[in-house]
Amino acid sequence: MSVLAGLKVVELSNEYCAFAGKLLGDMGADVVLVEPPGGDPSRTYPPFFRDEEDREKSLYFWHYNTSKRGVVLDLDDADDLARLKALILEADILVESEPVSRLSALGLDYEQTHADNPGLIHVALTPYGRKEPMSDLPQTDLTLMAAGGPPWNCGYDDHLLPPVRGWGNQGYHTGCHFAVMSMFTALLARLQTGRGQFIDISMTAALNVTTEAGSYSWLINQTTVERQTGRHAATQPTGETQMRCADGRWVNTGVPPRFPAEFAKLLNWMADLGLVESFPEAVFLEMGANWQGPFDLSQIGTDDTITAIFMAGREGLQTIAATVSAQDFFEGCQSAGLAVGVINSPEEALEDPHFIAHGMKVPVRHEELDETVIYPGAPFVLPAAPWRISRPAPKVGEHNEEIFAIYSGQESP
Amino acid sequence: MTGTALGKYRICDFTGQLAGAGATKWLAAFGAEVIRIEDPTRQGRWDILRGNPPFKDERTGIDMGGAFNNHNTDKLGITLNLKTEKGKTLLRELIAISDAVTENFAAGVLERWGFSFDAMREIKPDIIYVSNCGFGYTGPYAPFKTWGPIVQAVSGLTHTSALPGQPPAGWGYSYMDHTGAYYMAMAILAALYHRERTGEGQWVDLACTDSALTLNGPALLDWTVNGRGLTEDGAVNANRSQFQRMAPHGIYPCKGDDDWVAIACQDDAQWHALAMLIGEGWTDAFQNVEARLSDQDVLDAHLGAWTASRNKFDLQSRLRELRIPVSAVQKPGERIDEDPTTEAFGLWPEVTHSAIGNIRVDGQPVHFSETDWDSRQGAPCLGEHTEDVLTRLLGRTPEDVAALRQEGVI
Repeated sequence: MSVLAGLKVVELSNEYCAFAGKLLGDMGADVVLVEPPGGDPSRTYPPFFRDEEDREKSLYFWHYNTSKRGVVLDLDDADDLARLKALILEADILVESEPVSRLSALGLDYEQTHADNPGLIHVALTPYGRKEPMSDLPQTDLTLMAAGGPPWNCGYDDHLLPPVRGWGNQGYHTGCHFAVMSMFTALLARLQTGRGQFIDISMTAALNVTTEAGSYSWLINQTTVERQTGRHAATQPTGETQMRCADGRWVNTGVPPRFPAEFAKLLNWMADLGLVESFPEAVFLEMGANWQGPFDLSQIGTDDTITAIFMAGREGLQTIAATVSAQDFFEGCQSAGLAVGVINSPEEALEDPHFIAHGMKVPVRHEELDETVIYPGAPFVLPAAPWRISRPAPKVGEHNEEIFAIYSGQESP
Repeated sequence: MTGTALGKYRICDFTGQLAGAGATKWLAAFGAEVIRIEDPTRQGRWDILRGNPPFKDERTGIDMGGAFNNHNTDKLGITLNLKTEKGKTLLRELIAISDAVTENFAAGVLERWGFSFDAMREIKPDIIYVSNCGFGYTGPYAPFKTWGPIVQAVSGLTHTSALPGQPPAGWGYSYMDHTGAYYMAMAILAALYHRERTGEGQWVDLACTDSALTLNGPALLDWTVNGRGLTEDGAVNANRSQFQRMAPHGIYPCKGDDDWVAIACQDDAQWHALAMLIGEGWTDAFQNVEARLSDQDVLDAHLGAWTASRNKFDLQSRLRELRIPVSAVQKPGERIDEDPTTEAFGLWPEVTHSAIGNIRVDGQPVHFSETDWDSRQGAPCLGEHTEDVLTRLLGRTPEDVAALRQEGVI
């Protein structure tokens, strides 16, 4: 049984909260996506299935709306609004990102939903939280991210280049992660009390607490981190950690060797590759490998020997990188106990043996196209409560009849 | 009813760094009793944040780590030497009265100490075990080690965070330590919910790289459906819109020291409002979105030249009045101390740490109407709650505790 089997979720379509609905749907909840006439605007977002621009073929919409049923309701129409209210009356969870004014005009603010359905967990995911009027201003992932902090941390050593907003609507994702954590927390509370509650999530606040040292350096001693190429923003400049390998692809070297065993393995690897003779600093690697007692990293820069050994470690990695492919560098370093990563594009990752072994390619049947499409798999799996994409994203109004026959008193055809 | 959302749960917690500690921080903020276990022989230094900078008021020491405090609020802390038999006995007793065991060690560490999932299940048949490990416990990379930046690199998130003609910029912080912790919290909560409904425990073997891979969904579908990847030169310009057709859409320079503003136009109406404000002839060439998208480099150069002589917060106010998506790229001090929305949300609670004193931390970006979070207590000092936990929960006397301390068990 899926972990959320039997749970009824109503989601008012909005790109801010779509991912939360998908996460719940893939964990087994019965998510009903309520779209406006013509469908949600995100149906027009590229990319499209075989580049065929069509509101039923947006791969963006497909991804964020798996495992949901879909209805179209015109909330400015009294009958349709009544249908929505009937849905909410039966629901365990309402997820929405509506402007405050819109919600109260519809009679759907929490006072009302709670009065009608005391067990309801009403989740509002908005730019600044439900009480802040700025939440009703138009925003995109980019502007939310800029306000919330991540881009300040992200970019290049060259500060003439702009800060970078990480790719792929991660600002929306971060808000949705907190939405799902909140829903589970409220579900567990409801098991004890029988009562639902209102959950007010601020997307910019979610980003504000998702910047690691960016926030805590300021909170602790009012220092400001500065962005650096391919590594953590920091209050003081740190050494580079990205290297380009012989095949032109990049790796992140993480923390360079700092333990004797790591220097020993690095030296052996260089010997295997026949690189030791042309690497004069090999002598320092050997000293590192034979180091007795603690290797005091705080002496880097002051103690000449320790500095030379540490630098030789970094240069040794560079020498190897110039000789081997990024994938070989990754696997070789990891075999030497160094936490190094190959920098994959998303599709390179999807084709990587690790992700294939973890079942991250999930086939989903699209009957209407007579096609099977590969989707990314589960972020995590509960072995006793399987994760599953139970259906592809709904077509516009696909489930109106199925869902509303019972409310309108009409028989389903 | 305890008055808190998660007050009935007890977590036997081995997590550390941010990828693990961030998960149990959420549980503790909502009232769960999170008992953090540290190794006394290493002073808990498996967690590299313990005792490391930044420090408040330059006061250093094993209990003074500022980041450690930030990620471990509201938790109890005990020390247990698991290389001793008595330490293992105490752990067995603690597991027997816990709902979940959580860790983010390299794969297999807990098992080597004699606490595999099967062993824990013998102690408590419905125990929940959640491990968070870069590559998980199975697959070709299971023995490999990771930090946040390594997870981001391997899973596709670093590559896509870049400007054209430049190497990957990456994230500038461990986005996947934060986000791995969010997924770990979801996994713990989901497993608790499943146990409440079925009585069953389970082991969730969370691989942080798997969680990360799923965060590029539309790009992955573009690959599996259309065969379009992101490795070609110029395929990635992170500051532009990846999906909805929007231009302008970018981060532009402003007057001041490393000051920038983010601007996006979602439709022609927003662009026309912006063009009116700009009032320069070059805007005429960009009447519709097709024109703006097809010549986006030129558009961005013009717009950047216009913003460069202006103050980012002035621009933010003007564009907000026009209902154009905009935000200053906020520096930490600006968003924490000057942005009224974060303060109004109560986002930076001040906690009391036994050694550091009063200090602000990251709060939670949510509010519950009935059972909200509450963070008041700083991270535990090393072994701060050992005596409390051993006497209150495990039936030891203060004399027993003193003896265990003497023997190096705690």
